[in-house]
Amino acid sequence: MFEILGLLVQGFGVALQPFNLMLIILGCGVGLFIGAMPGLGSVNGVAILLPLTFLVPPDGAIIFLAAIYYGAMYGGAVSSILLGIPGASTAVATTFDGRPLAKQGLADKALTTAALASFVGGTISVILFTFFAPPLAHVALTFGAPEEFSLMMLAFATFVGLGGDDIAKTIFSICIGLVLAAVGLDIMSGAPRLIFGDLPGFMHGINFLVLAIGIYGIGEMLWTVEENARAGGKSMLSEANMTWERTKKNVSEFTGTWKITSLSSVLGYFVGILPAAGATPGSLMAYGIAKQMVKNPEKFGKGAIEGVAAPEAANNAASTGSMLPMLTLGIPGSPTTAILLGGMVIWGLEPGPRLFSSNPDFVWGLIASLYAANVFALILNVLLIPAFIWVLKLPFTILAPIILTLCLVGGYAPTQDMHDLWLMLVFGIVGYLLRKLDYPVAPAVLAIVLGPLAEPSLRQSLLISGGDPMIFFNRPYSGPIMVVALILLFMPAFFMAYRLIRGGRPGNATSGV
Amino acid sequence: MLQRRGRTLGFALGTVGAAALTAGLCSAAFAEWKPQKPIEFVVMAGKGGGADKAVRFMQSIIAKEKLAPVPVIPVNKPGGSGAEALVYMKGKKGDDHTIMFTLNSFYTTPLRQPALGVDITEFTPVMRMAEDTFCLWVNTDKKDINSVDDFVKAAKAAGKKWIMAGTGKASEDNLLTDYLNTTYGLDMKYVPYKGGGKVAKELAGNNANSTVNNPSEQEPFYKTGDAKNKTKPLACFTPEPIYDGVPTFKDLGKDFVYFMQRSVVGAPGMSAEAAAYYQDLFTKVFNSKDWQNYRTKKKLQGEALSGDKLMAYWKHENEVHEGMLKEMGAIK
Amino acid sequence: MTVRTAELLMGLALAILSAYFMWKSAELPIMWVPEVGPGGGSWPFWLSAAMFGSCIWILINWVRRIGPVANNEEPFFEPGLFAPVAYVAGALLICVALIEGIGVGGFKGIGFYGSLPLFLIFYIRFMGKHSWVATIAAAITIPVVTFLFFELMLNITLPKGMTEPLFLKIFALYYGL
Repeated sequence: MFEILGLLVQGFGVALQPFNLMLIILGCGVGLFIGAMPGLGSVNGVAILLPLTFLVPPDGAIIFLAAIYYGAMYGGAVSSILLGIPGASTAVATTFDGRPLAKQGLADKALTTAALASFVGGTISVILFTFFAPPLAHVALTFGAPEEFSLMMLAFATFVGLGGDDIAKTIFSICIGLVLAAVGLDIMSGAPRLIFGDLPGFMHGINFLVLAIGIYGIGEMLWTVEENARAGGKSMLSEANMTWERTKKNVSEFTGTWKITSLSSVLGYFVGILPAAGATPGSLMAYGIAKQMVKNPEKFGKGAIEGVAAPEAANNAASTGSMLPMLTLGIPGSPTTAILLGGMVIWGLEPGPRLFSSNPDFVWGLIASLYAANVFALILNVLLIPAFIWVLKLPFTILAPIILTLCLVGGYAPTQDMHDLWLMLVFGIVGYLLRKLDYPVAPAVLAIVLGPLAEPSLRQSLLISGGDPMIFFNRPYSGPIMVVALILLFMPAFFMAYRLIRGGRPGNATSGV
Repeated sequence: MLQRRGRTLGFALGTVGAAALTAGLCSAAFAEWKPQKPIEFVVMAGKGGGADKAVRFMQSIIAKEKLAPVPVIPVNKPGGSGAEALVYMKGKKGDDHTIMFTLNSFYTTPLRQPALGVDITEFTPVMRMAEDTFCLWVNTDKKDINSVDDFVKAAKAAGKKWIMAGTGKASEDNLLTDYLNTTYGLDMKYVPYKGGGKVAKELAGNNANSTVNNPSEQEPFYKTGDAKNKTKPLACFTPEPIYDGVPTFKDLGKDFVYFMQRSVVGAPGMSAEAAAYYQDLFTKVFNSKDWQNYRTKKKLQGEALSGDKLMAYWKHENEVHEGMLKEMGAIK
Repeated sequence: MTVRTAELLMGLALAILSAYFMWKSAELPIMWVPEVGPGGGSWPFWLSAAMFGSCIWILINWVRRIGPVANNEEPFFEPGLFAPVAYVAGALLICVALIEGIGVGGFKGIGFYGSLPLFLIFYIRFMGKHSWVATIAAAITIPVVTFLFFELMLNITLPKGMTEPLFLKIFALYYGL
């Protein structure tokens, strides 16, 4: 314990050197900016700036990239709230309540909550990271395909609350997301799969961002165009304001969510550690659990601040969590950490179980810099809220083409393929029409993120067991997770059946979008 | 227009370029061609994988040493085990600003999917940067397995219950697993995962019984003489030993070596001047201290090859892989 | 067209789409393979089957008039609201088509930076009714900022089609070739 504190103090010695401190601030700023762009997330930020890190020594380089990672996680919420477009899959859950808040003219409240929750999540997880890294690394290591699949089932269970009133349409939405996730390659047989029309553009599968920007970017814009035409050009979006009074109220409302925020942080951290999962399932589960915990769950999806605090706390916590397997095992917990890992190799470090003993300055400098990055990301984020709100005050007919431009670039950038731009437009227009007919679209977007994680782990497990599904139940970690997941999955069906038998109509008023 | 002129002459010079490489003399001779816009560096795999890391590493070397006047931009085209990247490159015929980093899926994917219509001999050979190596690994918990013989005995006893983890179906790992199965009369079950890092972790976490991973991927869990190792090599598929005291399959009397190429390829029909430029550029990268360190650290082998020699190497490897895939039953 | 009619048409279209997905998935084995577990096509096939099933469910609800959408006889688009949405959607489609062409008549496209200003002019001037000065200013500023930020700073190359030669000069200047 004292040994750890001593090392941490040493680490602060590295992180608080003026040059490194400058890198932290710069990194947070750049990350915030990139994360706030629809379609660009921490992966892009880190990948693009990786070559620049050659100009500084390794500890400075990782500090810079980690700050970008952090900044981007904060920034992701900005685009989710202001534009309704999640910049990365980790920020999808933030749109559910963040966007409605913005539409009620409360963008400042949503942004403040997101920033504070991110700070709490980030800080709690760094503290957990500081003291419990090695034992947790062992758990992460023994996590195999069956455990991954059980965890995915748990994430799916939290979906149940995300659908609309119409069960048939919710099932449709989940299934189409999962089917679209299967496009590309069947990794188990190595055979191409669902290559519609033999177009090579389908070979890399359907990127989550193409669907998300299509539905939330293009679709949402079409929706707003219609809404504005109906309202004669008036929009509540511009009602947001940042005053001292409002901020004080926002902060005090946020402190009311401390239970949910801290629970989400811990949850996010543990899910983030697991190699396959990363921040997206973490933020989803946090959202689902928060919904169970509050007194009035019907407010969720309509602008509950708990619905912003929970996923934001969890995704920031998870981003720290995913650094744990990277540093201790040399395996990435997310695409971003995969690139950070590549960077460490470039700087001549050997990530893995030996890193803590061979490069203590580097490791503890990084950990200390995470504390610092959190503080600066919070400060920058809060200071920039007025600027973000100013963006909303632009006339819609100027703002809309700018957002659409960002959507076009954001849809093209991840794969650099025109095919995906077309696909994005199709998703946008069809998604808009579906939304007009009350099809919930959020389950499809989440399913396309979880599908590529769930399917291979299911089939790997069954291949290992020779087709015996008991493999999910008779392993020490997988078993309990699977049982809980199944209970959560089937509970609503149970209630529904019960109500059907009693003669009531199915469906309680919950809406995710 | 400039780059189109005198292709035949350039082609002849390109051949000579191979010889000039080692001396690093060709920069002056081909100074006429220069990139006019950022260079697109296509990766046949996803972000964060082994190939992607290598490309970003080369990108960093080029940026750090200021070897090119324009940035080199990695573009990931991971679809269909490289099929997407190959089709993309095919469509870039005659383009002087698109290069690609290849693996062995450069051979196996066109062989398995003839419908793609990709003929790898049409691509412009630039430079082989290295050959990645493979070893057979088991978990250190298996105290009684210390040699290939022990491994064969244990795997035979386990039969189908023996899990070999690898990266993807019909990939390098799959070919090696099949080789071991046929050579030693085993019945190991091959389970494909996404990426070598994941495979390494599955073995270290005891979720698989063995792997035929690259040392670069498995080494987070192995260092010579470290007591905390989670995995250990039994033998390597190289001509010369990689680790002290760990034999090669050649030492064990099997006439078998296997590598994964890590080569830079130009778009089909690239002008000879541009090809020469890239050969020169990657010679500099190859000779840089960083790349040489990287090769040592990652246990990479294989000298630099370019031009006709690289093409001859591809043709040979293509035949070898065709034979292996036929044996495996993946193609007819 | 009423909402109710739209619901029927969409339900039918999605059912056809689901059936197509099922047919396409069946290219790979869709049943349980002994010792291996589900075949390569089974995941998309059975989920597409569930999609198909839920479409049938939606259509049954339509016939039996269950739920608000199936009973909604109001027009799908209120008068005057279809046009603005269709303009925006159409403009986007044309904008993307112009970037690299659609393979018709050997047209190579005018690239992102050719297509984007046209879209901006259309939107700001004709949808937004802003002044020509504001329109031209935005139509120049937005693509220029996009180029500086994405292309030069973040190294994200956007397609340029036939405008490529113009950019070579900019690159030459920027990189000092």
